[in-house]
Formats: sequence, structure tokens, C-alpha cells
Amino acid sequence: MSFVSYLLNGISLGSVYAIIALGYTMVYGIAKMLNFAHGDVIMIGSYVVFVAVNRTGLPVPVSILLSAAVCTILGVVIERVAYKPLRHASKLAVLITAIGVSYFLQNVALLIFGADTKAFSSVVSMKPIQLADGQLNISGETIVTVAACIVIMVCLMAFIKYSKAGHAMLAVSEDGGAAQLMGINVNGTIALTFAIGSALAAVAGVLLCSTYPSLTPYTGAMPGIKAFVAAVFGGIGSIPGAFIGGILLGVIEILGKAYISSQLADAIVFSVLIIVLVVKPTGLLGKQIQEKV
Amino acid sequence: MAMLEIKDLEVYYGMIQAIKGISFEVNEGEVIALIGANGAGKTTTLHTISGLITPKKGTVTFEGKEITKVPAHKIVSLGMAHVPEGRRVFASLSVFQNLKLGAYTRNSKDEIEESLKMVYARFPRLEERKNQLAGTLSGGEQQMLAMGRALMSNPRIILMDEPSMGLSPIFVNEIFDIIKQVSAGGTTVLLVEQNAKKALSIADRGYVLETGKIVLSGKAEELLNDESVKKAYLGE
Repeated sequence: MSFVSYLLNGISLGSVYAIIALGYTMVYGIAKMLNFAHGDVIMIGSYVVFVAVNRTGLPVPVSILLSAAVCTILGVVIERVAYKPLRHASKLAVLITAIGVSYFLQNVALLIFGADTKAFSSVVSMKPIQLADGQLNISGETIVTVAACIVIMVCLMAFIKYSKAGHAMLAVSEDGGAAQLMGINVNGTIALTFAIGSALAAVAGVLLCSTYPSLTPYTGAMPGIKAFVAAVFGGIGSIPGAFIGGILLGVIEILGKAYISSQLADAIVFSVLIIVLVVKPTGLLGKQIQEKV
Repeated sequence: MAMLEIKDLEVYYGMIQAIKGISFEVNEGEVIALIGANGAGKTTTLHTISGLITPKKGTVTFEGKEITKVPAHKIVSLGMAHVPEGRRVFASLSVFQNLKLGAYTRNSKDEIEESLKMVYARFPRLEERKNQLAGTLSGGEQQMLAMGRALMSNPRIILMDEPSMGLSPIFVNEIFDIIKQVSAGGTTVLLVEQNAKKALSIADRGYVLETGKIVLSGKAEELLNDESVKKAYLGE
């Protein structure tokens, strides 16, 4: 039974990675850049919920909406101020800027909230489910996290498949110049992508801190990096890839912790990435389109 | 008044001047050929007209409205479509999705449906392959798709950049036939081509571009018979 329990924990953690990885993968797919500040947006979102629930006593749903709103605005502002001026700059300049934004957010949080660990109280009030005569205990957090991940996933895919803005995203991700000639506002589409990714980051932050309830200015950094690994693992730019990559990564991490070594768990995670990249450089679902001339 | 008027255009890439003060005009219903060698500035001129590049000096006026600084994505809905060099179809999307994106700025479902029927009638091959990914089409078919996609915005003028590039002779003839049909259908055409002979044979008037300047202009048949054009561009 303990295996099933580990597996469920892994899927739950993986769902959080998947939600974060969606932000990475969408931004990469459309703006062709790695937004390394994405993990820190999660941290900011978690602080917003922490302050709203624990300090001002706002109801949980309102706090989450507030956090999503703050992160959305933050994401769009970061894009506008830090990345948009570099649209035609080299990829390295954009990457370094993203790392700079990441440190900036961490230090702003340090300044405002201090370095001490905040005890985040779970926003999930659902009772755990007991199965197999009490041998298997599924926490409310697990159920809510996995359900949230699936719902987000389905909604996002439907949005891209059926909405006009989603079609614009597909076009921009493939060829921004040609998309402009179709009348698509490329800058607007990129901003929308950052908005969606950042709102998802807020949700991921809340779910992450509900399961692992310690909040510091560095809370977002490691999950951010792992979600990036998940996105690459699944095939960066692919939405189902982010989902599968995230879940697999969470499962590998928890099973590695449980059966191999809790100290080496992260090393195992990154080793898996290296192996995948050696065997299949485009990731599990990444595809290389052959263009005919 | 001309439908499209380019006046004293100067375009720079960094320090390098690509267009050195050109002026020309396109009247409604015409087919205009812009010919010249590689690097003469033909593509730059089209990019400047459709807003992908902002010129340093000069103006672009379309149907009496100055559009020099209007961004590319706002130009489509004014009635101008641009078929880019190298086709630039969305390779991982289906033919149908590509065509739908061509009508991105339009809202009336009925009108889009009508345009789709018109495009399918003009390019039956696209209808046969509507569910196929654009990247799997042959070069000629991709060119048809790029043209169909541009027509989906129901333009009054269409800019075409090297539509015959890299195509087999059979497709080249077919593409030029289609350009003639598009023109006969009432759409004004500004055509950029290295295949000067073909371009001039379907054009009303032509301009010859050389290192960023217009060196010659006139009726297409006059240019076809011009000795210097013959020597430099027609291989005669």
C-alpha cells in the first residue's frame, strides 16, 4: 500500500509541476524565451494568499482570485518592462534578463516579507479519503491538486483549439512575422500568454504551499527549475508534454525519495532529464517539423 | 488618385541604406511588377508598405490614408494582404486552419464562409487537402495556400513576394495564371519577382529596382522590349 501512497504523492507533486510547466512551455512556444522568473511569480502569488488569508482574513476563494490577479498583472508588467524591449535582442540577453528578474523578485519579497519561513495554512478544507480499510489515506490536497491540474489542462487545450486568441497563439508560436501579416497583434498575443501563465503560477503556488506549507522568498525557485525540467522533459512548447513531463517528474522525485535516497532525489530528477535529452533531444512529445522546400 | 502611393521612401537596416528614396504608384485594378536582382530592395519595399518595417523617410499612402507608421497587424483590415517571400505557411497547422487564420481580422461567419468557397473554387487542390498539415504540401501547393490565405482577408490590393521562387516550371505557369485570375477578379496586384519575363508578361506596368533605386519604369510591354532590361533581366 505504501507504494500506491507514494505514487499518489508523486502525482500530486507532479500536478503542481505540470501547472508551472504550462507557464514555461506556453511562454517558450510563443515568445521563444525561457522565463526563469516564472518560479518566483509562484512565490509572490503564495505570499499574496498568505497575507490575504492569515493576516487580513479574506475568504480563501477571494484570496486565490486576488493572487491570480496580482500575478497576472505582475506577469504582464514583467513582460512589458523587461522582455519586450529585448524582442529583437540576442537570446542570451533575454535569458540573463530573466535570471535578473528572478533575483529581483526574490529580493523584493525578502525586503517586504523578511527571510523567516512563514507557516502557510492549507487552503484546502476537504477531508481526506480513506481507502482499503484505512491503509490508504488520500489527502484533500492531493485530490484538489490533481483535479485542478486536469481541469486547467483541459480548459487550456480547449481555449487554444477553439478560441480566436488561441488560434492567434498557434500562429504566433509558429511564425510571428507571418502572423502579423494575418492581422494578429503579436505583442498583444505574447502579453496574453504571460497573463495566462502567471495566473496559473498563482494557482500552482497556492497548491504547492498547501501541500508543503513553508513559505520563504526562495520557495518558488526550485519548483520553478523542476517545472522547467518537466517542460523540457515533455517537449518544450507542447501543452500535453508539460502535463506528462510534470506528472512523470513528480512521480520520479517521490519514488526516488522513498526507495533510493531522499538526498539524491533531486540528482535523480536531473539525471532523468539528461538521459531523455540524450535519447530524444526534443523531449517526449516534442516534434520536429520537416519543412518542404 | 492612385490606390497605393509610395513617396520618397528611404529605408535603413542599421547603418546600411537599403532603399534610397523611391517613389511609385499603383492604380486600382492594375498589376504592377517590381523587378530587379537579388538585394535590389524589392522585398524591403513590400515589407515597408505592409508595415513590417518603418522607413526613415518618405510616406506610404493607401486609398488616401497615410499608413507609413501603421503596424503590420492593423494594415490587413484596411484591405491590403501580403503573400510573403518563401510562402511562410503555418506548417504544423492544417490547410483549413491556415485559411481560417487568413480571415483573422474578419468577424462575419457568413462572409468568411463565402471567401472560403471562393478560395476553394480557385484552388481545388486546397479543398482536397484541407485537413492535411500545410508543412506536408509541395512547394507549389504551399504557394497556393499562401495566396489563398491572403485572399481570405478579402483584400482590395494584394502584395506578392516572389511567388514563383523555387517552383517547377509547371507550377510557375499555374501560379501566374492564378495571379491573372485574381487580378481579373478585381483585386489590384503588386508583384515582386526575379522572374522578370513572366512578371512583365502579366503586368500592366513595371518598375525596375537597382540597389535601392528605381532606374526604369514604364508599360510592361515597353520594358519587355527595352534593350537594357533585356540584357540585364531577361537573359536575351
